[in-house]
Amino acid sequence: MATADWNPLGEIYYKKCEVYSMGWSDIVDISKFEVSAAPYGGPIALLKDESKTARVQVSTKPIITVFTAAGKQISQMRWNSGSIHKMGWSHTEDLLFVQDDGVVLVYDMFLTFKKTFGMGQEAKDVKVIDCKIFSSYQGTGIAVLTSTYRVFIINSVDDPRIRRLAEVPGLSSAPSSWAVINLDRQSRALIAKGSELCLIDQGGQYQVQTPDVSTEVTQFLAMSLSFNNRCLAMFTDKGVIWIGSSDLQKKYCEFNTKSPTPPQQLSWCGAGAVVGLWGNMMLVVGPDKDWINFNFDNPVHLVEEEDGLRIIGKYQHEFLYKVPEVTEKIFKIGSMEPGAMLFEASKEFYKGSQKADEYIRIIKDKLEIAVSQCIEAAGHEIDPAKQKPLLRAAAFGKCFLTDYNPEAYVNMCQMLRVLNQVRNHVIGIPLTYSQLQHLSMPILIDRLVLRKLFYYAVKICQYLKIADAEGASRILAHWACYKVQQKNEDDETIARAINQKLGDTPGISYSDIANHALEEGRPDLATRLLDFEPRAGQQVPLLMKMHKDNIALSKAIESGDTDLVYTVLLHLKESMNQGEFFMAIRNMPIAYALFIQYCRQQNRKLMEDLFYQEDNFQEEGTCKVVNSFNEDRMEDRIEELKLAQACFTKAKNEFAKVQTEEQIKLLKYQQRLEEEMNRPYLNLSLHQTIYRLTLANNHKVAEQLRKEFKVPDRRFWWLKINALGECGDWVELERFSKGKKAPVGMEAFVEVCAKHGNMKEAMKYLVKVSPEQKVKCLVKVGERKKAAETAFENKNEEELSYVLSKCGPSDKQLVDTIRGMKQQMSRR
Amino acid sequence: MAAPSVKGFPDFQRLKILAKDEFTSLLDQMPGRKDLVIDGELMKPLDRIASVSLLKQRGVDKIFKFDSSLKSMHGCEQRIYLVRPRMTTMKAIADHINSDRNINFKRKYSIIFVPRKLHTCLSVLEYEGVMGCVTVSEFQLDFVPLDKDVLSLELPEFLKSFYLENDQTWIHTVAKSLVRLQALSGEIGHVYCIGRGAKMVNDLMNFLMKRNSSEQDFSRHEIGSLILIDRDVDYVTPLCSQLTYEGLLDETFGIKCGTIEFGPEVTGKQQSAKLLLNSDDAIFEDVRNRHFSNVLGYLSSKAKSLQQDFDKRHGLKSVGDMKDFVANELRRLKEQKSVLANHIGACEQILGKKTKGGFEDYLQTEHSLLEGSGLRDNVNFIEELLFKQDNMLKTLKLICLLSLTQNGISPQTYKSLKTQYLQSHGFEQLVTFSNLKSLGIVTDQETGSQAGTPLNKVASGMAAMTRRSTFQSLCKKLSLIPKSDDIDLKNPTDMSYVFSGAYTPLSCKLVEQVLTRGGFTGMEEITKYLPGGVHSENHVKASKDHSTPVKDKSGKSARQDRPVSKVVLVYFLGGCTYSEITALRFLGKLKGYIFVIATTAIINSSTMLESVMEKPPI
Repeated sequence: MATADWNPLGEIYYKKCEVYSMGWSDIVDISKFEVSAAPYGGPIALLKDESKTARVQVSTKPIITVFTAAGKQISQMRWNSGSIHKMGWSHTEDLLFVQDDGVVLVYDMFLTFKKTFGMGQEAKDVKVIDCKIFSSYQGTGIAVLTSTYRVFIINSVDDPRIRRLAEVPGLSSAPSSWAVINLDRQSRALIAKGSELCLIDQGGQYQVQTPDVSTEVTQFLAMSLSFNNRCLAMFTDKGVIWIGSSDLQKKYCEFNTKSPTPPQQLSWCGAGAVVGLWGNMMLVVGPDKDWINFNFDNPVHLVEEEDGLRIIGKYQHEFLYKVPEVTEKIFKIGSMEPGAMLFEASKEFYKGSQKADEYIRIIKDKLEIAVSQCIEAAGHEIDPAKQKPLLRAAAFGKCFLTDYNPEAYVNMCQMLRVLNQVRNHVIGIPLTYSQLQHLSMPILIDRLVLRKLFYYAVKICQYLKIADAEGASRILAHWACYKVQQKNEDDETIARAINQKLGDTPGISYSDIANHALEEGRPDLATRLLDFEPRAGQQVPLLMKMHKDNIALSKAIESGDTDLVYTVLLHLKESMNQGEFFMAIRNMPIAYALFIQYCRQQNRKLMEDLFYQEDNFQEEGTCKVVNSFNEDRMEDRIEELKLAQACFTKAKNEFAKVQTEEQIKLLKYQQRLEEEMNRPYLNLSLHQTIYRLTLANNHKVAEQLRKEFKVPDRRFWWLKINALGECGDWVELERFSKGKKAPVGMEAFVEVCAKHGNMKEAMKYLVKVSPEQKVKCLVKVGERKKAAETAFENKNEEELSYVLSKCGPSDKQLVDTIRGMKQQMSRR
Repeated sequence: MAAPSVKGFPDFQRLKILAKDEFTSLLDQMPGRKDLVIDGELMKPLDRIASVSLLKQRGVDKIFKFDSSLKSMHGCEQRIYLVRPRMTTMKAIADHINSDRNINFKRKYSIIFVPRKLHTCLSVLEYEGVMGCVTVSEFQLDFVPLDKDVLSLELPEFLKSFYLENDQTWIHTVAKSLVRLQALSGEIGHVYCIGRGAKMVNDLMNFLMKRNSSEQDFSRHEIGSLILIDRDVDYVTPLCSQLTYEGLLDETFGIKCGTIEFGPEVTGKQQSAKLLLNSDDAIFEDVRNRHFSNVLGYLSSKAKSLQQDFDKRHGLKSVGDMKDFVANELRRLKEQKSVLANHIGACEQILGKKTKGGFEDYLQTEHSLLEGSGLRDNVNFIEELLFKQDNMLKTLKLICLLSLTQNGISPQTYKSLKTQYLQSHGFEQLVTFSNLKSLGIVTDQETGSQAGTPLNKVASGMAAMTRRSTFQSLCKKLSLIPKSDDIDLKNPTDMSYVFSGAYTPLSCKLVEQVLTRGGFTGMEEITKYLPGGVHSENHVKASKDHSTPVKDKSGKSARQDRPVSKVVLVYFLGGCTYSEITALRFLGKLKGYIFVIATTAIINSSTMLESVMEKPPI
């Protein structure tokens, strides 16, 4: 019968089943140890304090052993710090030890030391007399009670910030019991002082309350909060268990145990029943004063879970839990629920009985409910043998539904597969389905990783088709980080092993692993691992951290990301002396070019030094030329140019050298001219300078400059003609035309006159124009008709076409004439 | 959205929307009223992404143009800088912050780097001691879609920083832009790289794609091939005088980020007019790609037909017709009229500039330089320009062309031209010539044979064998200079029409060759002349798409079946001209390709040369 092991507690049932038979049975006697087990099927830590059991005073330090929930030893060590007051687990399955001086030490489950912190100076000075490790909204918290009866609290061991709670007024002796209540994102302590209870908080407030207890109370000897912090159970000195809400506003019941001694453990089983443990006897009390009694052969230890209570003994690991509603519906004797019917139907079907049909008919319209009931009930079963028929029933019922969404069914099968696997005593995590819902799958995978069960974790990820980035690759990365800690293997083997397994899996960060290796003090291994890192952005900073600057630089260059190159370059520049730095980058053209770019904007002096060191005199000279533009004072400018000139000489750049020399000369001239004429000449080109001089009618100086700078004749003529034209000095222009034979031809004069609209002057020169230029010049002065006639006289068809092309829409008559001329010519 | 739009162009509006969303969320990171200080060169691109009203809506109070010469700025309590990552900019921002501190003015600062933050910039902020009081973020603005087929990074400094200063910073940006584009439009199957930078972009792109591959969806394919071209492969084309309408608009008025501003001389009114130049403007779309010689004719015929449409109103019978006309037609006609008037005005201006100042002689010289004929006359012409103190950029352009077409200038001429140039335009041009030499644009034949850029190295070897310059060899092999003089500019049959039939742009010809051959096979005779080499890659996986085999050769036939394979992204590193865009559009029409042009910036001869010239002292 499925209900055989159900124990009624009023209207509901409780069930106790064996999860494991303990692997430690022949070595461990639980009564001799202090026991602490982590919730959600976590590991069990045993502390053997021989000084307590030994008849003579011994000074040996205690031994700590960690087991899985199935009693398989994980690790062991001999304590070597101060006196342990309390041992407990954090929500990340770290083992916490609180010493009597308030120092908290954090170890992982392999008893590798992680970190330590204190609970404040006051706790250290006056000693801790009691301590609670509780689960807070931020993770796991610790509260200590000092010998001065003050409570100090931290809400998270990951981020220990010590807070002092309010003082309990008039507390002159140690409280008979106390607890930490964690509600509404705030942690408060409930302190029992005689028949009163005092609630103290971080804000310095306190609240004295007297719970409604029908019998007389002098002291509350024990108190216990339910897993969800909503319910409170207390044990009075008169042997009464008081059960109510944690805000003390509601009382559910009082139960007189008639026991004069308080229980060894007062716990909750889920949120539905209070459990007291006296020796080998366990009493379960329901909120309606119903009770069940259990007896054990050996001493046990109770561990609260959110949906039940784990009972750890020498031989067995059992689980006490309330029979879930849905299970009850299906298996309760005489149940007419759809799920029960379906279960029966399925059983009959597999027996080959026609009764199956009858059952199905009864629940025909409630079949969907029936299926989901069976699925849910299967989830709550711990034994696979009991899960199977339920799932089979669900599958059977599903067949009669046409458009049933099978997702729930498939999910449940997958979850159970995973759960059964992790419950296996090899892994030893006795999680229930509802605990897994609360814990979530990623955290379960994390916990497997934490136990170094990488293979299982990867398999589960693959089975559940979790994306590699969140699943497999993350696990592999953890594995690799663990791998680099193995000091007995050499760097090469480890690097190869890691690369073989990880390959190019997306989401793997080789640099993280390398960083880990570096922290483990294995820089060579880190370097090898970094070789596999494809992202230079991750690789380079770590290489710099390892002082492998040259590799960092070449990797940065390889990546093609200049930003990275600069990161390394600037770092190198800071950490080396200049000479070394220049030497380091001279063989890397890209780094070199980039650094020059940087200097161009930030530090021009450094750039010149660099060129100088490289014997790149050409560039050095160019630099100095550009610098000269930024000098305000003329002397500085010339000085800079002289330096440039020297550079160009060294660079054997004759041309640049001469030009610089001439520029210095010109600048000096211009400066003098400015002083003399009081007009701006500086920064003009040679041409412009002479042009301005001509405009200013200063032909003598112009001539002087012309000679000095060997200005070609053609340039000078064009210059002078244009300048004179611009200032309208027609007299001077005429005089100039009559001087030496113009190297630019008379047409230049015509052009200038035409440009400035002086046709009369233009005509003067026109007569002197050579015959082959005449037509063009005539067009320029606008005498298109004459031009056409001249061209005709010259019998030059090309010239005629030229004139024609210059005719606009207004020259209709002329166009006709030219066409006529052309015809005439072609006829001949 | 996933499918290519009607005309086959991938929809790039998505890029704009993405950028807009990214920017608004960046603005929202600083809630409340704030001032926005924008880098001058980011003003126009931002304009294309987010309107002023949107900025106001997001709490932007005032918008300032960033001025590095200012030591302090006023404004409200919160300020966002939107800047390119430059050290000088950082110094100026630090100055602003420190001056606020000195007068104890409390302000919140945020710096948004476009397109990404650089370590060097942060180190400047740290050095100046202001790192603690600024928040730093990135705005990954890469492509600004200028038109349905043109994407620009608006990074004119790429040319100088990469080719002259050997700084690869922007290569990363280019690669990133391609990664982001492919995240939207699917992985590009075929990649062809021409040049050194192109190869670097491709390598970096592959690397970045591999890293992100798990996150991105490459199930769509909207672009068939990508051709990456380095500007240093073809410096000649951008130096040629542009003769298409769009090209001339750029050279005459300057098109900035797809918009143009016409002054009163064009509009004929008091105020100037701003015009968005893209395919939405129907009139512009019709004339942009035309050779200038038939723009005015077209516009005048358009004007006539517009007049006819206007005249319809006289023939309107009923009041209902009248109402209809006013409601629908009139508005459209009026808009068209004003647009048309602007274009005609612009044409007049261009025409005025071109008939004056010996433009014909100039063009004649340019063409004979390309042909490689009449060397002496050409040098004389350049000298004449120098003596006459003609426009310095125009003159420099011809010197560049002279050198590029001849594999450098003979030492004698080189020296004399430089001397004359310096005498005309100032000593500081010494630095310009030094820059042009490093770029390999203006070299002398002597140094060309010794050291210098790879172009010249290859070239000098060739010259010894064939007695012909690199450029001339390329011209011959690719028949860049059309034989016949008569080319129908109205109904062109060849890409060379963009340069009046005198020259087919080398870059575009290479694109044509790569596409018709399906790679570089059989092009060894040509590719050996190209600096930086070529490289091709095939990413089409057989498993993904059965219709396209892995092998390049057989892939050619299969690719014809798929419309996507006809969509080609041509990416110019270092900028491209409107003439090249026009030539590619023409090629697309001719051969049935859909070209999308991406570029680091749109350039013309002047902007290109200006970017590497030394600024005269002030």
